[in-house]
Amino acid sequence: MREAIQAVVMGASWGGLNAYSSILSSLPERFPAAIMLVQHQNASSDNRLAWLLQKYTRLPVVAPEDKERIRPGHVYVAPPGYHMLVDADHTIALTIYRPVHFSRPSIDELFFSAGHVYGRQVLGVILTGANEDGSEGLDYIRRRGGPTLAQSPQSSEAPAMPEAAIAKGAVETILDLERIGPYLAESLVGSRNEKTEHPGRR
Amino acid sequence: MNGEPPVETEQAISDDQVHLEDIEIRLLLEAIYQLYGYDFRSYSQASMRRRIMHRLTMSGFSTVLQMTDRVLRDRQFFVTLLNDLTVNVTEMYRDPEFYRAFREEVVPVLKTFPFIKIWHAGCATGEEIYSMAILLEEEGLYERAMLYATDIDKNVLAAAKKGIYPIHAFKQYADNYRRAGGRHSLSDYATARYDSVIMEQRLKRNIVFADHDLATDQVFGEMHVILCRNVLIYFDRSLQQRVFRLFDDSLDLGGYLCLGTKESLRFSGDEDAFEVVNKPMRIFRKRQPRHNA
Repeated sequence: MREAIQAVVMGASWGGLNAYSSILSSLPERFPAAIMLVQHQNASSDNRLAWLLQKYTRLPVVAPEDKERIRPGHVYVAPPGYHMLVDADHTIALTIYRPVHFSRPSIDELFFSAGHVYGRQVLGVILTGANEDGSEGLDYIRRRGGPTLAQSPQSSEAPAMPEAAIAKGAVETILDLERIGPYLAESLVGSRNEKTEHPGRR
Repeated sequence: MNGEPPVETEQAISDDQVHLEDIEIRLLLEAIYQLYGYDFRSYSQASMRRRIMHRLTMSGFSTVLQMTDRVLRDRQFFVTLLNDLTVNVTEMYRDPEFYRAFREEVVPVLKTFPFIKIWHAGCATGEEIYSMAILLEEEGLYERAMLYATDIDKNVLAAAKKGIYPIHAFKQYADNYRRAGGRHSLSDYATARYDSVIMEQRLKRNIVFADHDLATDQVFGEMHVILCRNVLIYFDRSLQQRVFRLFDDSLDLGGYLCLGTKESLRFSGDEDAFEVVNKPMRIFRKRQPRHNA
């Protein structure tokens, strides 16, 4: 049986706002894992996406500062112009290292660091987008034993990103967009109820 | 399309393997410290690991330990790795809103000082120190200012001293300059030469460049302003706390501390020593001693 998921990491490019609003709006209020997401966008000093996405969910959406502690049931949106990584002590690490796949934030940067720290306890999701960012990182999550998911190319505004991840063999489960939120809700809330030996912290 | 390839066991990366890599990374950083004197041992693990693994992939070694052997025997290779480890991504007037806020909220106070000492810690290739020099010039403060530009990496400091930047980047800088409240045209302060732009010599007359390692070196003068933007994000919490104390000790009472827009004093253990001047732009001011009422 799979271990309880501590974090869900997601990456999107073209069409991402629509995908994220769809997914977040179908998650329950008491979601047991932290959610971290990357949306490709231009550098800017405000994290407008965090504010936008808050309209679609009752989970608190956070525009994180560096060293912020990662907490279950919170949604962390990578700030434009920074890579967002998971550090060993389960805090957010922001960097302005060079762009990856022309992108900062980059999905690969988040996925590699999350795969390293969480191992089997992170679930990776690759969504709509027009380049290949995220497929290597998603493959790393898979090799570390974490479940991996892709938005189906036919339900993606831009299919290139999920297609690249699928072609790499990084993806275990392919779902249409409207199925992703309910799937996360079912599998995570379910898996948590089984793990009564770990009482929740909240 | 079949989305469920079997997890091939030889591809799997176990916790033991990752743990071993972590040990090898610590050994590499220890080796670098002992041989070359650069101290990355208290940097954020996540970003160090990403950059070391990036160099590992690029150079074809199969383990960090193998790469460590090369680092110890080949100075040139070390310099390449050093370049990966010290993040030198910067631009002129990075976060234009910060410079605008500095102009509007800090400069009026600085104008009341007879002499201004500014420390730019982690100046990288110098784009931001020239940004500040131009701002001070336009505000009529440059003559009574002394700017100390420091960085851990001597190669990068040499580039900062030269002040030569690629022309394609300069267009973005000129745009930033305008959004930062620049009074003239950025090209008034530089000369174009082929694909490069050279900052005017006169901007350098009150700038001192020096190598300084925030992880190991000591207090730096009695400063009125310390700029340290997007440097602390690479440090772990213990090193951050050391650096905040260093800044506190280096600042005059009422002196300003300017951080990157995603950096926080919240985790510093030293929050009470500073008051907030501009929260979104992360401008803080060292508190004056409280008088007993």
